[in-house]
Amino acid sequence: MTKVLKNIYMALIILFLYAPILIMIVLSFNAGRSRAKWGGFTFNRYITLFSNEDIMSALSNTLLIAVLSSLIATLIGTVAALAMSKMRSIFRTTLMGITNIPMLNAEIVTGISLMLLFVTLGVRLGFGTMLIAHITFNIPYVILSVMPRIRQLNSSTYEAALDLGAPPLKAFMKVVMPDLAPGIFSGLLMAFTMSIDDFIITYFTQGAGIHTLSTKIYASVRKGIQPEMYSLSTLIFVVVLLLLLSINLIDVISNKKADKKRKD
Amino acid sequence: MKKIVALLLAVSMTALCFTACQDSSAGANGVVYVYNWGEYIDPATIDMFEEETGIKVVYDEYETNEIMYPKVSTGAANYDIVCPSDYMIQKMLENDLLAEINFDNIPNLKNIGSQYMEMSKEFDPENKYSVPYCWGTVGILYNKTMVDEPIDSWSVLWDEKYENNILMQDSVRDAFMVALKLNGHSMNTLDETELAAARDILIEQKPLVQAYVVDQVRDKMIGDEAAIGVIYSGEAIYTQRENSNLEYVIPKEGTNVWIDSWCILKDAQNKENAEKFIDFMCRPDIALMNFDYITYSTPNDAARELIEDEDIRNSEIAFPRLSDYNNLETFKYLGEDGDAIYNDYWKEVKSE
Amino acid sequence: MKNKSFTALMASPYLIWAIAFIIIPLFMVFYYGLTNNDGTFTLENVLAITDPRHLKALGIAMLLSVISTIICILLAYPLAMILASKNGSKDKIIIMIFILPMWMNFLLRILAWQTILEKNGVINTFIEMFNALPLFDLPLLNIINTPYAIILGMVYNFLPFMILPLYNSLNKIDPNVVNAAKDLGANNFQTFIRIILPLTLPGIISGITMVFVPALTTFAISAMLGGSKISLIGNIIEQEFSTASNWHLGSGLSVVLMIFIIISMIFSAIFDKDGEGNML
Repeated sequence: MTKVLKNIYMALIILFLYAPILIMIVLSFNAGRSRAKWGGFTFNRYITLFSNEDIMSALSNTLLIAVLSSLIATLIGTVAALAMSKMRSIFRTTLMGITNIPMLNAEIVTGISLMLLFVTLGVRLGFGTMLIAHITFNIPYVILSVMPRIRQLNSSTYEAALDLGAPPLKAFMKVVMPDLAPGIFSGLLMAFTMSIDDFIITYFTQGAGIHTLSTKIYASVRKGIQPEMYSLSTLIFVVVLLLLLSINLIDVISNKKADKKRKD
Repeated sequence: MKKIVALLLAVSMTALCFTACQDSSAGANGVVYVYNWGEYIDPATIDMFEEETGIKVVYDEYETNEIMYPKVSTGAANYDIVCPSDYMIQKMLENDLLAEINFDNIPNLKNIGSQYMEMSKEFDPENKYSVPYCWGTVGILYNKTMVDEPIDSWSVLWDEKYENNILMQDSVRDAFMVALKLNGHSMNTLDETELAAARDILIEQKPLVQAYVVDQVRDKMIGDEAAIGVIYSGEAIYTQRENSNLEYVIPKEGTNVWIDSWCILKDAQNKENAEKFIDFMCRPDIALMNFDYITYSTPNDAARELIEDEDIRNSEIAFPRLSDYNNLETFKYLGEDGDAIYNDYWKEVKSE
Repeated sequence: MKNKSFTALMASPYLIWAIAFIIIPLFMVFYYGLTNNDGTFTLENVLAITDPRHLKALGIAMLLSVISTIICILLAYPLAMILASKNGSKDKIIIMIFILPMWMNFLLRILAWQTILEKNGVINTFIEMFNALPLFDLPLLNIINTPYAIILGMVYNFLPFMILPLYNSLNKIDPNVVNAAKDLGANNFQTFIRIILPLTLPGIISGITMVFVPALTTFAISAMLGGSKISLIGNIIEQEFSTASNWHLGSGLSVVLMIFIIISMIFSAIFDKDGEGNML
């Protein structure tokens, strides 16, 4: 009984989080342009989407910036977190405080302050400045998720590996890395997510002719959001969901195989 | 875990290959950087321009005049053409941001109706810096089924019958325009007592207002969410198409007539290409395509003649005879101090 | 790794990055906040927070974000416990389920909430369908353009930030500790209060940080779901930057907001003895 209640509770929260996405999916089949009125069913948005150069280039920019910025932020952030764990506590606290700043500041302030910096330095706004801005607000998420894992590390295993003659780098990769991996993964995922969703900071550091999906969506107030945006979101959603399900399935199958072997 | 990362990367990379390899090099005849309102052009016209002239268009969009301004004034991005509204053109002129246009390169200017050039003199006194692109009025959009009297005055926005059924504009100047006009004052006033009176009636109105909105008027009126809304005339044609119960009216106390015009920036590096672009936009067939796409009134008389649908060609909403109305005005830039007063009063309204 | 210069070498890329892109831009905000148009020093913009309109906006923003944060804890804690009690092999999938909604554009999701909550929106359409049946007479939902809709938007948007740290800190609890407590005669309630809750405190704290701070500074949610009828401090700052073009006042108020947030963070850090939180 409690198990049923638990599942109902979980389902309700998932419904809450996914309700707007359901609406987006429905709207992607709306033949009318307004979100307020059902203009009949159409599948056309999915066809026109791919010939819409604006949206496709915004999509590629969004993904490129998200992938690059989250990877670079993960690299810098993980190394920094490792270094911070070895620091004296006063340095660590200071650096941690600095790390928190981008998360505490209102986004518009971060955005404008970065724009001011670039303009003062005479840097032309463009892909590079957008990437720098994204890396900047992504690093804290990486550090915050790697840090707790480092604190849980058992340093004696690493030392044992060294004693047994492993070169430091190899010892690190074989012994420390597997323990850090979940934290690094979460940080990467979080960074990727924040990058995809950001609008304000992107807007102020964006250069001529480069859009991301969010700047494209926000700029379309005069005429309303292009309905293709809904079909694109639906596609992204479905693709990621399928990926998740297939990974889950692979895991289940491989677990069963492993079980079988063990029994044999 | 590694599998997920690898898969995510793989997906992103495939998506990139769809488009990342787009041709980003300059066209055979150089480039032009255009900075325009969001969704404010038919994308097909850009393709046609590129094909006919061999000039590559780098096209960007902004959300409001005020968001566009710092990007242009700091020189943060190297745009050639912008499309600001009336009062913003005045502000940019005062701050020496615009270049004189060489009208020899814009023969299609002849298609623009003379009354619009006349209107432009309000902010560009010698017609040297701007070429009208879109224009319109601000008025009341109402739902015939929810309103049971003829509507012709801003005062209906203060009628308690329509409590929670009114949509107001969520921008300083537009909101104060309504209140000032209702009180019979100029919408460009800097008179403190007039402004205080306008502020007071806006505060009085607040309990009746369902929401302060900008672009959301459109969808909310189409979806029968409210009975009355303050709206730009360009949206009226589109909303009527979606919901035939909607009616647009210019109130008898007068209103704002606005123009968005093409301007060339002082530090434009592709001025000749920019002039070619503006000239192209003034071509009747191109102006017509843009009118069909954005439904905002075109100042291009030749394009208006080409509109096939007689109802639209002679529509009082899209092409009102301005001489029929009283007290029409265009927004003026009020200087930093003037803006500060308006913003201060508006903040008071919003924090009530 | 014990070598000090090696540590310094490892920290240097981030240190340089942080100075260039966090510290220097921050100084620019301070500079703007502490000067006026002529570039002379003034405290006017910082003290502007005492303006009753600004205080009110800050107060309402505080109230709404505190309420949202509490609701997020109340919703997320049971959920995190349920998730943590499930089979651990599906960890990443579970995390993804709660992160995936954030991959859809924020504006599109909030617009969808408008469609759901409006007078003629999805929920009311369903209620009317039920009311057409005999025996049903449900009241229509009327929360769009009210503070309730703003709270809903905040909870919706920031809930995942509460679920993830709670789930992680619950997951880290050694089941033997819980079993030991039970063996020693503690009932479920006592185990929860004495063992589980204190052990998840860092998770709660980082959840609070991740929900409270963005909720306090948001402006889009109040504009779109609150009908712009209520000014939050985020709306005021945003307007100073975007429409009023008074960057000095906007920066001054941001400086105050930052100090305000830092104070509340110090307050929460007293409970978080490790000082680093554990977001994920």
